[in-house]
Amino acid sequence: MNLSAEAGRKGPDIRSDCWIKITLTNSGGIQFEKESKVNALYGAAIDELIVTGLTFFEIEHAQIELIDSGALPFVIMARLETAVRRLKKDRGKQWLPELKEFCRYETTRDRFRRSRLYLPGNEPKFMINAGLHKPDGIILDLEDSVAPGEKDAAQCLVRNALRQLNFYGAERMVRINQIPRGLEDLIYLIPHHVHTILIPKCETAEQVHAVADAVDKIRIEHHLSAPIFFMPIIESALGAINAYPIATASANNVALAIGLEDYTADIGTQRTSEGRESFWARCQIVNAARAAGIQPIDTVFSDVTDMDGLRQSVLEARALGFDGKGCIHPRQIPVIHEAFAPTQEEIDKARKIVLAFEAAQSQGLSVVSLGSKMIDPPVVKRAQRTIQLAIDSGKLASNWRQGGAAYDQN
Amino acid sequence: MTRTKEFVKNTAGRLVPAFINGRPAIPYMGVGKYRPQGRKAAPAIASCADYPADGNKIVPDLKSALIKAGIRDGMTISTHHHFRNGDLVANQIFDAAAEIGVKDLIWFPSASFPCHAPILRHLESGVVHHIEGSMNGPLGDYCSAGKMRGTAVLRSHGGRYQAVQDGEVHIDIAVIAAPTADAFGNANGVMGPSACGLLGFALADSQYADKVIIVTDNLVPFPCIPWQIHGNYVDMVVVMDKIGEPSKIVSGTTEITRSPDRLLIAELAARFVKDAGILKDGFSFQAGAGGTSLSFAIFLRDLMKEMGVKARFVRGGSNQYLVQMLEEGLIDYILDGQTFDLEGVRSMRENPRHVNTSPFTSYNYHGKGNFSSLVDVVVLGATEVDVHFNANVVTHSDGRLLHGIGGWQNCLFSKCTILPIPSFRDRIPVIVDEVTTLCGPGELIDVIVTERGIAINPLRQDLIDATRHSSLPIRSLQEIKAEVEEICGGKPQRPQLGPKVVAVVKWVDGTVLDSIYQVQTLT
Repeated sequence: MNLSAEAGRKGPDIRSDCWIKITLTNSGGIQFEKESKVNALYGAAIDELIVTGLTFFEIEHAQIELIDSGALPFVIMARLETAVRRLKKDRGKQWLPELKEFCRYETTRDRFRRSRLYLPGNEPKFMINAGLHKPDGIILDLEDSVAPGEKDAAQCLVRNALRQLNFYGAERMVRINQIPRGLEDLIYLIPHHVHTILIPKCETAEQVHAVADAVDKIRIEHHLSAPIFFMPIIESALGAINAYPIATASANNVALAIGLEDYTADIGTQRTSEGRESFWARCQIVNAARAAGIQPIDTVFSDVTDMDGLRQSVLEARALGFDGKGCIHPRQIPVIHEAFAPTQEEIDKARKIVLAFEAAQSQGLSVVSLGSKMIDPPVVKRAQRTIQLAIDSGKLASNWRQGGAAYDQN
Repeated sequence: MTRTKEFVKNTAGRLVPAFINGRPAIPYMGVGKYRPQGRKAAPAIASCADYPADGNKIVPDLKSALIKAGIRDGMTISTHHHFRNGDLVANQIFDAAAEIGVKDLIWFPSASFPCHAPILRHLESGVVHHIEGSMNGPLGDYCSAGKMRGTAVLRSHGGRYQAVQDGEVHIDIAVIAAPTADAFGNANGVMGPSACGLLGFALADSQYADKVIIVTDNLVPFPCIPWQIHGNYVDMVVVMDKIGEPSKIVSGTTEITRSPDRLLIAELAARFVKDAGILKDGFSFQAGAGGTSLSFAIFLRDLMKEMGVKARFVRGGSNQYLVQMLEEGLIDYILDGQTFDLEGVRSMRENPRHVNTSPFTSYNYHGKGNFSSLVDVVVLGATEVDVHFNANVVTHSDGRLLHGIGGWQNCLFSKCTILPIPSFRDRIPVIVDEVTTLCGPGELIDVIVTERGIAINPLRQDLIDATRHSSLPIRSLQEIKAEVEEICGGKPQRPQLGPKVVAVVKWVDGTVLDSIYQVQTLT
């Protein structure tokens, strides 16, 4: 048994986090020493929280040291729980912060997934305001951005973030660790209103099955009714070859993504800006996803200073057939949305098709025609989506049928 | 007004001392309510017969100059802060004073910086009695801990001019560090190795002090052109090897923020200016030096280009971005109070449309009008704002002195004052029930822009109407506050402060707006 354990971080550059050390003692009750940047404002609340946590874990005799750099309560809770887990004193219990009402919204299979913002799962300061930047999806990452020794800490922190942070309508996504290790992450996520699980380095349909089975088991245990969606990420030659079986592996797959950093290494080359080396894989992903009826999603653009490069990259992805792009800095989000927005020509065409469809419906006609051309149902569906995207991108007023102009012209 | 023995409750509901440093003080009465009577202060009559006919006023060193100026116990010594954190002169003044053996001096800087920490030694030894000017860093902590003997008096740049003009502060000796000067005392800030742009904060000092000493490291033959400071006010000139650290004169405040949240706030503020109809041809604006304000100017520039709109004038703090806009023709004039980077210095030196100003033209309560109220929109920072739109800019939420007032109070008189601020920092709520220290009355603060929404002061029905159909997230301040408290884990405790008043905040007219109390945890 460990006598002492610590969790979290301290130091002059640390913000919105804390460091806690618990040393178990045989007697003498709880000795608590703290140093907090917000002592004058929340000192008493912090004391109370620590006492509550120790009572929850039934720790009666210990020396506690806390160095707090302005951590929010859910962060202090996660750090305390991590330290207790490292002491193996958690008795299998999880210390859950209150589930906020605003975390309860649902997602849909077909929602836009143009931008997905990756956030390191063990770094509270980037999570807190991420939703304000209005990405389509927020990914709390347990995989590559978390050091191997901090996986347990990130599990607690991500779980608490899922229960406490307002993502303002963004899809609530988590990237778990590679299978099989990632299966252990699920118990920290599934009961806490996660929408979509990203399955990294996915190479076979069996890996998706494994995740789906594990998720179902937890859903039954916890009596959960909302579906959990999956987005497998293809990051290897084998994954690219198996793209279609992976895309169709689960009825809850909603998107198929490609991760080029690992993919290019796997095929023995390097990423270039022209991207010729990944052209086949990207097309493969687009076709597999479309064949499976799910969204093809492109890789991350990781140069946060190069907005023109990002715009070009999104336009290229869009031309290849992708519906979304990954990003790592909130300022990339508006650029991505703008580049995915339909052109005026596309909007005009979609308007005509949608109006023709609605006219046909109101006249009880089963065939939609525009001029002398017949319009097939998939084209109508595509046009409706273009209109929705145009409205969402601020290029078309929601009352466009009444001749409303774009928002910006008021 | 209820009057107790030591404290008076002012119109803002704040308890303020009835006497400050032994002299009676006037409590704040409301915006524009106080009008002192009488005549302005003036220095003693000088006669040119007492000065060298050849115009050579050079004395060998600072110590001789101070002795010649008649330095005595209890005198008030003033300095300016155009060198910001790169000032090498102020510390030497008090070192020299210590050598001379005087004590109980009052230091009256236009602002102090962390580089002035050595003055702590002179506060401890008694050479300096107290500081009347903004304090942060080690000096701020010393004052907050209650260790300074007198009460610190915090004034705005305009309030400093007002206090000199109406005789509240009499400067015995002004020491003016000047990047370039001639032996007659004509001086400017645009040339020389320590160029800082202008010397506007020292203008009142030059005109009203009994004795004026110019200190320079770049002596030029008469005439020093331009003469931002007139040698006709100057008694002595001292030449030194080095008066400032150029790299610190233009300090890091000119970096654009990379924080996504601050960029979002800046963008929302710029879009508000557009949606409120303020952004139109011939408009004017002022943005401070912080990262968010700089980014605001850049977002505004993009909107101006998009709309084909030009600004008639911009009030500086100038920086490379404003200079670029001036040179691109997006701005007709920069009316500059201080330059924040070398591009600002260069532009002021070369471009006749980049004009140096002073608190006299822009901020002074005893002027016959001033420029700040002509500005269409100003964006400023704050450490706290309360639900009545009152704002704090000088203390941290735990009561410690953090910033000076600068031109902040004076700028509130703009036609639209916007504070773009985060709703909380780490776990420190910025939107609160009541500000720790009142620096700006809510009636002058029009719009609060946070990452969680924009609140418009209910007094500004015109702005509310103008943005009724805007797609911006406009909400009430109470709503934003409630959200912040939910995130931070409840209402913050009130910090334990007092009982000693360590500093007071003056309003622009010289009345006392609020008291700053001792922070006991610092002792």
